[in-house]
Amino acid sequence: MALSNIFNIAGSGMSAESVRLNTVASNLANADSVSNTPGSAYKARYPVFQALQSSPGAGGDPAAAADASVMVRGIVESTTPGTASYDPGNPLADASGYVYSSNVNVVEQMADMISASRSYQNDADVLNTSKQLMLDTLKLGQS
Amino acid sequence: MPLNLDTYLGIQPDALEVYSQRAEVLAANLANADTPGYLARDIDFRAALAAAGQDQDATASAGGELQPETTSPLDVNASSPGNDVSTEQYLKYRVPLAPSLDGNTVDSQMEESAFAQNNVRYEASLTFLEDRFSDLTTAITG
Repeated sequence: MALSNIFNIAGSGMSAESVRLNTVASNLANADSVSNTPGSAYKARYPVFQALQSSPGAGGDPAAAADASVMVRGIVESTTPGTASYDPGNPLADASGYVYSSNVNVVEQMADMISASRSYQNDADVLNTSKQLMLDTLKLGQS
Repeated sequence: MPLNLDTYLGIQPDALEVYSQRAEVLAANLANADTPGYLARDIDFRAALAAAGQDQDATASAGGELQPETTSPLDVNASSPGNDVSTEQYLKYRVPLAPSLDGNTVDSQMEESAFAQNNVRYEASLTFLEDRFSDLTTAITG
């Protein structure tokens, strides 16, 4: 039945968005982390989403299947170079007195967080509404 | 004259089926609102419902009398279930209003409103069915 598939679809969406929220939390928490080499500085992380068709569609064409849940294909690290700042008093400073901070863009992360939480809310609403429709259908003919 | 429950209920059971499949497609769109390259889809409702109605007409014209080759989905021997409405061939891609750079064509607001509209219509069909059943109950119990 199509309505019960929505639980899988919206559930996968919520799970993917919560992974995204997790990476945002991790990025924001490490926004001010510093390191003594550019390579070991914290790099912002981003999840890669991919649509996942669970059943082959009409004629074996996966794009023709009605359901498409979301899966997190993997987590990639941002390649944007971080900033180096002169801070000789820092115990992590290298020989020339520089520390290397993360490449996290805090404003971008905040926007990402709002986007993720909105999408999560949408999925939760879809789930709730579908549940209500199914309950109403179950009660058909009982009143 | 025997009562054919399929024709008595009219188009509403088929409409419910198509509505629920459309809800699934819209839910998939919303779930993939942040998936790069995902193309939003929707069901060609008129064509899907017309096909479902044709199935029903075929069931009705199979005979008003009781026939062994009934096409009820409960009949395990039914060769072509009349209510098995497959809408996958009626899936169409949405024409995006403003596609994003990552190739995603889901417009959350549009999908959200389409989903709400679809749900209201589903509820309406349920109400019509409810009325049909209560009419039937009145006819039986008096």
